[in-house]
Amino acid sequence: LSSATPALLPKRDDDLGTFVHAIYRAYRYDFRNYTEGSMRRRLRNALTYFQEPNLDRLRIRVLEEPQRFTELLRFLTTPTTDMFRDPIYFRALRQVIRQLDPRDTLKVWIPCCGTGEEVYSLAILLFEEGVLDRTLMYATDPNAESLRAAEAGVYTTDRLVAFKANYELSGGQSSLTDYYSAGYGNAVLDRELKRAIVFFDHSMVSDDAFAMVQLVSCRNVLLYFARELQERALAVLSDSLMPSGYLGLGLKESLRSTTFESQFVEIDRDARLYQKP
Amino acid sequence: MIPIEVLVIGGSANALDALVEMFRQLPEPSLPIAVVIHLRTNEPNVVVEKLQSLRGRRVLEIEDKQPLEAPAIYVAPPNYHVLLERDRTLALSVDPPVNSSRPSIDVLFESAADALGPAVVGVLLAGVADDGVYGLARIQEAGGIALAQATGSGRYRPLPSNGVARFGPRIRELPLRQLVAELARLGVTPEG
Repeated sequence: LSSATPALLPKRDDDLGTFVHAIYRAYRYDFRNYTEGSMRRRLRNALTYFQEPNLDRLRIRVLEEPQRFTELLRFLTTPTTDMFRDPIYFRALRQVIRQLDPRDTLKVWIPCCGTGEEVYSLAILLFEEGVLDRTLMYATDPNAESLRAAEAGVYTTDRLVAFKANYELSGGQSSLTDYYSAGYGNAVLDRELKRAIVFFDHSMVSDDAFAMVQLVSCRNVLLYFARELQERALAVLSDSLMPSGYLGLGLKESLRSTTFESQFVEIDRDARLYQKP
Repeated sequence: MIPIEVLVIGGSANALDALVEMFRQLPEPSLPIAVVIHLRTNEPNVVVEKLQSLRGRRVLEIEDKQPLEAPAIYVAPPNYHVLLERDRTLALSVDPPVNSSRPSIDVLFESAADALGPAVVGVLLAGVADDGVYGLARIQEAGGIALAQATGSGRYRPLPSNGVARFGPRIRELPLRQLVAELARLGVTPEG
């Protein structure tokens, strides 16, 4: 795969383009092809946090103080999501899992998994469908700090109300409380779920496919990528899928008007589930 | 003068009636219109349903990277922020709620101000939340036109006075009927 041409070429007076190029040169994190609106919003939050007046000053600060880069990265990478966000997606996914050959070892990839809510949602679903013990889940993210949080699988209990409501709407067969232990304001996801999951560093922007899997669940990640980067990321996802493999996108994302539209079959429009021929 | 390219409208959940009434009075808009009304997650989009019941309007729930085309009305989906991009598409995000809201009016308005500045008209409908006040001021600052619905009824509070003072002292507040007339005058409808 060749790397995509930057869409955000730094115009001479473009502070955002200058900023993302400087970050790329210094730290090899490539935000050059991210959508501009979200980048500006996230960087405004970073300006407040770092108490800097503008992007030029923030750029100089982060280049001079490399130890602060991980703090900046918190603002720029995958945001936190809710467990079982979009229950309709997980309902549809249950049907897909039931159609898989029960003899096969199942491999699943969740790219840009952030702090892991989606990973554990899938693990619970696979457990309830009786396939988790023969499943290998790859959970990847370019942010090491997020990966550590994902691996820990600890969420504050104030979020559980939303998680439980989603779980029930998603066709959950048990009670979400069966899958975590709560105390001191935190809920810790069950160790048994974690046994199936491998967490590691991977960037959809700069890395290639690393395994062949039957299911890729990549939801609300492409939202942050401009068109050209979406194409690049979709190529990585497509390259990772075995024949007849499934691709799940966010409910407002689609393959429409991408070069991959003709290479996948839309098997559930509302849930945004696609299958490779 | 830079021609107006897009109308952005925001309101809290209880502004839905005012929104429908506005479109009832606004015949055949000739610009693309992006709408954020606060919505409940995991429920059907009532804004789309209500606006589709008006005849002769093309109403779409926003998909990621949706290109803006006149004269359609683009409605924010529940649980996503909507941002206007420089290439005249609408991008979505799942970043944390802003003003306890996702979608947030401030997010749409601020991105519209950043992307297209003086080519933007922003309308904030009267409601119960502060979301949108800051964004409306950003539209004004960027050279766009910022309008807010004034309420005489006292049922909903108008723009929070501290918000207006802090963010946008020159934002014009108009009752709904005059607001529609102003939009027509600005060329949002061909009959204007």
